[in-house]
Amino acid sequence: MTESQRPLSGNGRPGPKRPVTFRVYRSRAGSGAEPRFDTFQVDVDPRMTVLDALEDIRTGQDPTLLYRHSCHHASCGTCAMKVNHRDVLSCVTNVLELGTEVVTVEPLGVLPPISDLVVDMTPLAEQISPTGLKTLRLSEYNAKAVAPEGVGAYHRFENCIECGACVSACPITNTDSDFLGPAALAATYRALLKGDTLPEKLYALADCEHGAWRCHTGWECTSVCPSDVDPAGLLTALRRRVLVQKVRRLFGIGG
Amino acid sequence: MTTQTSRWQRALRGWFDPRGRDAGLIAFALNRISGLALVLYLVLHLCVLSTLTHGEPAWEGFLRLAHTPLFFLLDMALFAAILYHGLNGVRVSLIGLGYGGRQQKSLFYGLAAAAVVIWGIAVWLMATV
Repeated sequence: MTESQRPLSGNGRPGPKRPVTFRVYRSRAGSGAEPRFDTFQVDVDPRMTVLDALEDIRTGQDPTLLYRHSCHHASCGTCAMKVNHRDVLSCVTNVLELGTEVVTVEPLGVLPPISDLVVDMTPLAEQISPTGLKTLRLSEYNAKAVAPEGVGAYHRFENCIECGACVSACPITNTDSDFLGPAALAATYRALLKGDTLPEKLYALADCEHGAWRCHTGWECTSVCPSDVDPAGLLTALRRRVLVQKVRRLFGIGG
Repeated sequence: MTTQTSRWQRALRGWFDPRGRDAGLIAFALNRISGLALVLYLVLHLCVLSTLTHGEPAWEGFLRLAHTPLFFLLDMALFAAILYHGLNGVRVSLIGLGYGGRQQKSLFYGLAAAAVVIWGIAVWLMATV
């Protein structure tokens, strides 16, 4: 092996490979078979991510392993899964930095499983859709980006990549399947700021049994969010807006 | 379709499984456990008070039981639940309306530490006074 072929460590210097055991969740929806964990050994170099390891397994050990990915750099949100029980983007989760000899890989929670590590993202899209918000926008880091009319400044929700990690980590979505969830409620707040959707419609979405008041502020959504959207912060800001709006309506102030 | 059992399992894991979770879930889970303990205490308290209707001997019998070490331990556990639930309630009220959300972990650790200190003082007073 030449110097250029040797794996590099995080600081750019060559690093040794280490054997790591992967316990990977396997299932086929509708097959009738019980879900199980399969074990794979992978020689991991210091720069290898969990997604790299899964690709290694798929190409070298088990071509039937199913997972979803696209961009490999935390932009698309398609490779979110549970790694060692934490909801992460597998494409930016370094294997050796996990610090465990055995790495457990499972699909996101709450969202319906399809096969192996792939879940159905339709419920998440259906929750966000009523807000009328298209979530992928210009970055606030783009110096030339100009906020649309009616928006004072770009907020962190612009960064939402709809990966579903927040929904999977939320203790309430695990309890109440009708709960709108952190991603959609953050979208609701952003839509209120943007002003394209009727405020009454957004307030109705937020101010209901399964809306903003259902959240118990566990703050796990913000904790796992790979894009620092801070869904919990936006959700609580939404609550304040709803509360102010209710008080104003009570006293017949404003529209 | 999700079965009833798996829905319960999912809910319990979502509420109480600390693996891969942060301080927020610990605070959330402790709040539920202490809340359920306080509800249970309220029911027991009413049951105990109902012994008054059975006359003085029944009540005296309960008072003898209440002075045993087991009841002292239960009192300590009850006070811990009240302290945590009350102090965390302040934290939840604040962050639930959007105040101090980014500091919610520090708030949790700070209030939990305050609860431990107050609880320690209370236990010392209960044991010595």
